[in-house]
Amino acid sequence: MIKVTIDDIEVEVEAGTSILNAARKIGGEVVPPAMCYYSKLPGTGGKCRTCLVEVAAGSAADPRPMPKLVASCSTPASDGMVVKNKTSQRVHDNRGAVVEFLLINHPLDCPVCDQAGECNLQDLGYTHGNATTRYEEERRTFEPIDIGDKIKLHMNRCILCYRCVEVANQLTNQRVHGVLNRGEHAEISTYIEHAIDNDFSGNMIDVCPVGALTDKTFRFKSRVWFLKPMEATCACTKCSGSVVLWMFGKEIYRVTARKDKYGEVENIGDKTAWICNECRFEKKDLAKWNVIGPRVIDRHSVISQGKYETNIEPTIKKLS
Amino acid sequence: MNNRKLLLENIDIQGIESFDIYRKNGGYRSVEKALKKMSPEEIVEEVKISGLRGRGGAGFPTGMKWSFLAKPEGVPRYLVCNADESEPGTFKDRYLMEKLPHLLIEGMITSSYALGANLSFIYIRGEFMYILHILEKAIAEAKANGFLGKNILGSGYDLELRVVPGGGAYICGEETALLESLEGKRGNPRIKPPFPAVKGLWGCPTVVNNVESIAAVVPIVNDGGAAYAQIGIGKSTGTKLISACGNLARPGVYEIEMGMTVEEFIYGDDYCRGIANGKKLKACIPGGSSVPILPHFLVCKTAAGEDRLMSYESLSDGGFASGSMLGSGGFIVFDEDQCIVRNTYNFARFYAHESCGQCSPCREGTGWMEKVLHRLENGHGNMRDIDLLEEINKKIEGNTICPLGDAAAWPVAAAIRHFRAEFEWHVTHPEEAQKRNFGLIQQVVTA
Repeated sequence: MIKVTIDDIEVEVEAGTSILNAARKIGGEVVPPAMCYYSKLPGTGGKCRTCLVEVAAGSAADPRPMPKLVASCSTPASDGMVVKNKTSQRVHDNRGAVVEFLLINHPLDCPVCDQAGECNLQDLGYTHGNATTRYEEERRTFEPIDIGDKIKLHMNRCILCYRCVEVANQLTNQRVHGVLNRGEHAEISTYIEHAIDNDFSGNMIDVCPVGALTDKTFRFKSRVWFLKPMEATCACTKCSGSVVLWMFGKEIYRVTARKDKYGEVENIGDKTAWICNECRFEKKDLAKWNVIGPRVIDRHSVISQGKYETNIEPTIKKLS
Repeated sequence: MNNRKLLLENIDIQGIESFDIYRKNGGYRSVEKALKKMSPEEIVEEVKISGLRGRGGAGFPTGMKWSFLAKPEGVPRYLVCNADESEPGTFKDRYLMEKLPHLLIEGMITSSYALGANLSFIYIRGEFMYILHILEKAIAEAKANGFLGKNILGSGYDLELRVVPGGGAYICGEETALLESLEGKRGNPRIKPPFPAVKGLWGCPTVVNNVESIAAVVPIVNDGGAAYAQIGIGKSTGTKLISACGNLARPGVYEIEMGMTVEEFIYGDDYCRGIANGKKLKACIPGGSSVPILPHFLVCKTAAGEDRLMSYESLSDGGFASGSMLGSGGFIVFDEDQCIVRNTYNFARFYAHESCGQCSPCREGTGWMEKVLHRLENGHGNMRDIDLLEEINKKIEGNTICPLGDAAAWPVAAAIRHFRAEFEWHVTHPEEAQKRNFGLIQQVVTA
């Protein structure tokens, strides 16, 4: 076990843990945001640069500070390391710059984007974004394409986190999509518009931090914050069958995997509860599900505003 | 100054690219010496003593890099030669490989032996296909003469050497992107740590060295590290290939001893013989397109008034405020007629084109800088844009996965630092700025 100090809070973690995971062990505001790192998908991370932190002391053995900001998701913590996240102005400025870079070509179409309300980039825009843009040039645009019969790809919104590429690498037996071209022109696509046909391809939608990959069975049906998230299970032979149903009245609008507060699919036991396409796209009939109860959405964005679980206790206190 | 040549000594001999003539002129002595008389550790020690620094641009001590190589039991180790020379202004490796292919192969055999690699690669840029054929022919000759393959010179040491072409991406010159490309994947730089010395090619310990660094191992093994270290000045030892280009009377590849003055290199009769057509020096980029540009008054003298020397230390004297870097030795000279804004735009366009698109600051930032510079260059900019450029490159620098982000930011930052007036002139005189540049834009207009 090693001791790391993040924003003046000391935490003990196993050797080899990344700074980001050490911060997640503390929880709360010291956790750097992550757009590309996904703890359930080894090999992700390091790309978006929003999780940059300042290392004020490298380790107990070598307490020199690191000259550059480091990506906390891919830098292992060492014993006696002192990390500054929200206490560092430099981190705040540079993270703001990364958010600006991410937003220059990102269409500000949140009002018509299905991800709005549960979008990591929207959250980052609130915390680190500028009120106006300095980008005067024309934005990079692509035509939306069908990347599978139930998945729509809006490349305009993509931030190239490579998470969906890793989903295809690690969950399916053959990846048929990837990143084409390079630099500013890099795009996610299938090889010559070949369709992705795989039982677990729907998980790409769950891992997408923005609205680039959306569920065609749910598109434009409702804003997510109008829906009631309910935990449910079914006896599925292909997947865990543990899902969240997003309901309006008795109608199921969409089905997603169970996501934790970092927007990552939860582990059930020691396995990540990915769900299959049949559960996600086909089972929109309440009779097919065993509903457990309301799902607590432990997140800070609008989706959790006005929801029962988070508001029950203060309301009761107010009434009594 | 009596300039010694270690690498290009025999380059003018007719037929030196063939094995027999190369061997007759003292070639492959280092392989014989290494395999018969020296242990791998002794060679690494000699390279350390020599003070040889990586010739690809970063200038990291080669001996130290070699000693970092992890040596776990039962895992192969690899030596990869980085021949993906694609920095604008740098063409020394191409010249070396084209004219003296056996020098590189000799260096590869000796270095592979020192590192304990039994399979080594030369990763060559796709555009250099004709050099790939030259190298493959040389490898076949070396193999036929018993310098490659099984049991080299009866020493019991085996080595296979392969030449692998890349697709011609600048980013594949970054060592981890090179390894990805060599593995057959998309050439994206890897997240470090782990470093290639621990986990490189196919997860095995790997050393990646520049062509010139590997070639320099030959004279180091032949004459000893101490003899090599005597050449040069301070921590810049040995000789360096400089590819001089731009508005020079005699551009080309020169082998110089470290520590020669920049003034002698530009104006000396044995070297570039001054600026072409009797023009005056305006600016100089001493180490390839990614290092900061120097205005004429900082080229031959440092800010402190001392003579600027061709060495790692002297060229970076004054930091980025008044210095630059030796980099890869791509010496680009501008005369009084050249437009710095146009040149900066040209570089920005190059980096935007070559960014791999993996990490956000570089992907978005390089493209943004290119567009802003395009606007300035074409007379549509305003004063705010100059500050914006400074701001953008400050935010790219240091925040990216690999050094390409820094390489894209430095030239723009330095151009604004030293030639701000010229940028402002482009804003205030948009029409004249157009006329003064006889570049692509005007060709399109007149055609």
